[in-house]
Amino acid sequence: MILIAERINGMFKDVKQAIEEKDKKVIQALAKRQTDAGASYLDVNVGTAAADQEGTMQWLVETIQETCSTPLCLDSQKPDVIAAGLKVIDADNGVILNSTPLNRKSDEEILDKYIGMANQAGPKASIIALTMDKNGVPQDIDTRVAIAADIVTKAMEKGFEAQRIFLDPIVLPVKVPDAQVQPSNIMAAMDQIRFLSDPPPHMTVGLSNISQGASERSLINRVFLAMAMSHGLDSAIVDVLDESLMNIVATSDMLLNKQIYSDSFLKVYTSVNR
Amino acid sequence: MAVPEVADSFTGQVSRITLGATKADGGTRASTVTVGGAKNVVYGGAVEDAGEKPVIAMDVLDSPPQDWPDALAEQYEGVFDSPGDWAKKCVQECGAELICLKFDGIHPDKQDKDAAHAVKVTEQVLKAVGVPLILWGCGNDQKDNEVMPKVSGAAKGEKCLLGTITEDNYKSLTAIALADGHFLIGEAPIDINIAKQVNILASDMGFPLERMVMFQTTGALGYGMEYVYSIQERQRLAALSGDKMMAMPVICDVGYESWRAKEAKLADAPGWGDVKKRGPMWEAVTAVSFLQAGSDIIRMRHPEAVETVKNFINQIWS
Repeated sequence: MILIAERINGMFKDVKQAIEEKDKKVIQALAKRQTDAGASYLDVNVGTAAADQEGTMQWLVETIQETCSTPLCLDSQKPDVIAAGLKVIDADNGVILNSTPLNRKSDEEILDKYIGMANQAGPKASIIALTMDKNGVPQDIDTRVAIAADIVTKAMEKGFEAQRIFLDPIVLPVKVPDAQVQPSNIMAAMDQIRFLSDPPPHMTVGLSNISQGASERSLINRVFLAMAMSHGLDSAIVDVLDESLMNIVATSDMLLNKQIYSDSFLKVYTSVNR
Repeated sequence: MAVPEVADSFTGQVSRITLGATKADGGTRASTVTVGGAKNVVYGGAVEDAGEKPVIAMDVLDSPPQDWPDALAEQYEGVFDSPGDWAKKCVQECGAELICLKFDGIHPDKQDKDAAHAVKVTEQVLKAVGVPLILWGCGNDQKDNEVMPKVSGAAKGEKCLLGTITEDNYKSLTAIALADGHFLIGEAPIDINIAKQVNILASDMGFPLERMVMFQTTGALGYGMEYVYSIQERQRLAALSGDKMMAMPVICDVGYESWRAKEAKLADAPGWGDVKKRGPMWEAVTAVSFLQAGSDIIRMRHPEAVETVKNFINQIWS
């Protein structure tokens, strides 16, 4: 399971404050804790508070890489902010550009731009592509799959391998009226997306979205993760510091025969997965 | 029509280990042996992904064997009483790349010999040959824990391969191998889950995974070979997929298992062909089969079987 650790995000109070005060220690400690907990990538999101988003992204990337070599996932809705991060990043171990839709009303070529940026960043750079287009987020199964197919086709035409794409079928909060059908729609879409290419594209989700505003958030997150993994989900943006969640990842991987069982399977998962 | 390129590629790699310490490395070995390093399955992928050539370790017993069939025993006439000469014969006449010194004689149900005997034999063999050694206990936990630490000490710094540890008995041998700078064999009875657990247990004691070799036990042709084959195959695929707890080179004990088969040793079986040819053939077929599953070190006994398998290895891994 490719785990993208979510905590270095300006939406969290401690990170927001560290950004304001340029306090490197808070960021570096979070990078280390998440790495030790088994993160494959560290998500880096400047949040909304910082005035200079590009400069803040660069400061975060440099601060993390001073003490930590875990690959990063540069997270912003603005391509310029990601591009700024790429200027100072060491992408030898990989990097994920997070994220792009297939196209936008304002920018039909947005996917191409991200593929171009990833290619420039190096052979180990990947992108998260949302199953979303100029018409917005699809609610049904077929449109999700159709957009995913368009993304994979477009990428492959450009010589960008499917394995460098993390398709995100977009998890919506289950508490939103009439949205309770979405979790099963997403899993049904994933059942088809996994056969779009061989080897298949990765599939990822922003997990905590599903429980936005709901009670029993952790429980909802954990159960959905286990369910989605059985439909081919092989990556997720999660709180790797949540030990119970990590145990569920380890157990699901083992039950899906992706890790060979041993009596110490929980204990060694982090070191084996890295 | 062009043949499509279908080679799988993998992200993981079998760890590469070098057995034996030369003078420059603090030991007395004339040569070292490097195994492992495969980045793909046997015959799969590019040539450079194949890793190191597999090697043959020839068995030398600490005491004259009581139950070897004539077709095998007659090959070592005159050296059974002298493990040093026996080892020398294996290296000089058969080209053994490693000697596996097997301490059958210390087993309480066999000759129940003591640690002083085992140490003496170890010293004799170290002196007689320059190849790296495998030092393999008798399989009785209590006796091995008593004798093998002393054997290990007698070969301290020689970077031998010491075995075997199991899920129920790993502490003393792991500690001593760590202290004396040896490599370790983890044994599990045709059980991939226990095999992984043994590696974790040794690793928990601070033993580096890069100094371990796995032994899934072995079955001869007709006697469970396919079970062991599939376990080794699964272990290798896990290693190549990046499971660091399974990324060790593999050893198998073909000599002992093959010569237990009645088809290999029964002299009075007119319909089965010449017993002198049958036994070595049984051993060679078993060995070659395990090479295909990815075995890195093969323990063998009969010179003719060794010659056949060496020839095979040289043709495939050249």
